[in-house]
Amino acid sequence: MDRFSWSNGLLEINETLVIQQRGVRLYDGDDKAKLDVGVALLSTHRLIWRDGKNHDCCMAMPLSQIIFFEEQAAGIGKSAKIVIHLHPSPVNKEPGPYQNSKYSFIKLSFKEHGQIEFYRRLTEEITQKRWENTPVSQPISTGTGPQTGRTRAVGIVGIERKIEEKRKETDKNISEAFEDLSKLMVKAKEMVELSRSIASKIKDKQGDITEDETIRFKSYLLSMGIANPVTRETHGSGTHYHMQLAKQLGDMLQAPLEERGGMMALTEVYCLVNRARGMELLSPEDLLNACKMFESLKLPLRLRVFDSGVMVVQLQSHSEEEMIASALDNVTEKGSLTAEEFAKLLGLSVLLSKERLLLAEKMGHLCRDDSVEGLRFYPNSF
Amino acid sequence: MSFEWPWQYNFPPFFTLQPNVDTRQKQLAAWCSLVLSYCRHHKLYTVDVMEAQESPVFNNKKIERKLPVEAIQVVFEELRKKGNLEWLDKNKSRCLVMWRRPEEWGKLIYQWVSKNGMNNSVFTLYELSNGDDTDGEEFHGLEDWMLQRSLQALQTEGKAEIISMDDGKGVKFF
Repeated sequence: MDRFSWSNGLLEINETLVIQQRGVRLYDGDDKAKLDVGVALLSTHRLIWRDGKNHDCCMAMPLSQIIFFEEQAAGIGKSAKIVIHLHPSPVNKEPGPYQNSKYSFIKLSFKEHGQIEFYRRLTEEITQKRWENTPVSQPISTGTGPQTGRTRAVGIVGIERKIEEKRKETDKNISEAFEDLSKLMVKAKEMVELSRSIASKIKDKQGDITEDETIRFKSYLLSMGIANPVTRETHGSGTHYHMQLAKQLGDMLQAPLEERGGMMALTEVYCLVNRARGMELLSPEDLLNACKMFESLKLPLRLRVFDSGVMVVQLQSHSEEEMIASALDNVTEKGSLTAEEFAKLLGLSVLLSKERLLLAEKMGHLCRDDSVEGLRFYPNSF
Repeated sequence: MSFEWPWQYNFPPFFTLQPNVDTRQKQLAAWCSLVLSYCRHHKLYTVDVMEAQESPVFNNKKIERKLPVEAIQVVFEELRKKGNLEWLDKNKSRCLVMWRRPEEWGKLIYQWVSKNGMNNSVFTLYELSNGDDTDGEEFHGLEDWMLQRSLQALQTEGKAEIISMDDGKGVKFF
């Protein structure tokens, strides 16, 4: 196994891949090599082996090292093997996985078969000795610097290699450029900690700060964007926070709800509220929990879930029966309506108008006509 | 006389199986009665499901609506539960449509027998369905399988007895 050298596994110009086989384990003589199962590749010039899991672990050996080789048939619990007897390493051999070995042969164990074809191809290559006809420059081992001795890059392999090198360069440049920023981040963290501690001191009225200075400091904080809305910090998380939030929502949503006919989908509420807040946005979960509290807090809003799972916030004064009766009137007047037509008629979103029509159907006031033209609702004449 | 379609036939929702349970019940009832009256009008006794899909009953070209095959199966199942339909094969591809149930036929036949004072007489099946005497009666021309079932129904009620004769079957009315 000391005949192998580390390699990047890329083929040289004039070197062609003959066959590759996965599921191959290497043996240093009779001992299993301290490597996992991998892929064995035979080219016109070399025998290459790459680790199946760690593709960076790749080694190669020139075919000229091979004296002769033979098959070793599979046995019970043993895979078929090819035993390859080797010349001693040349003096200028590049470093590889093994410094030295007491054996002069290696074995390839074919755990996923393929040994017959591999053996045949190996025989061909050894017989033809194509590597003697088309000499290639010495393969570079990636252990040493990546830029030393670039090989001529021609063809797709060359292009790939160029791209890879360029990518590595870019990566390095970016990391260097942001080195300073990481220092800045550390400082910024300290600043935020400082302002937080001052803010809390102000709250607790500790320390010798006058009223005047407190106000001034608060305005500084505000200008920096650390205002004091109902946040988790000031009111903690949990129900208290949600209660305060629910009250805030109750005030905020009255007008929009009335504009929209008393009902808004929860997604619309989410967008509206967060747009108004600007900073310290609400998470969907917080919004949902706050909405669930409307009833217990006796606010004039309600969270309602339809059969289909759609959730809406509606005014308590909103009467469902009225809505359905008016829906029935609309449908009867027009003969029949689709959800889209109804939405346009009422200025509602399609989602909510569909929910209303479905509810009217559930109550038995409407019936449906489902065809390739779409879903249409008729007054229930049955 | 041409067949008169019920108002539902031109109502597009009629061709969509309604999800609302109450609405669906009314819809299915209307379908059942439509199928039966259509079969009665055209004196159809057997129906092939594949052909039925294209027949005007389930396919109203004027309003461009077709009852989907799953819904047709539901309608047929309703008819079966009511005793008006019987499947001829396990795959449910062909069925017998009894727009009048055997018991009802039996009753008609027995009424005719009683009316003419022919109790205790024996008839061959052929006489009943195709005899001159029965010409003009509704059961005249009744298909054999249906006639047999009707008579069996009467037999169960104790009003008749099916007997085997030299060249076929006959029936004695009590």
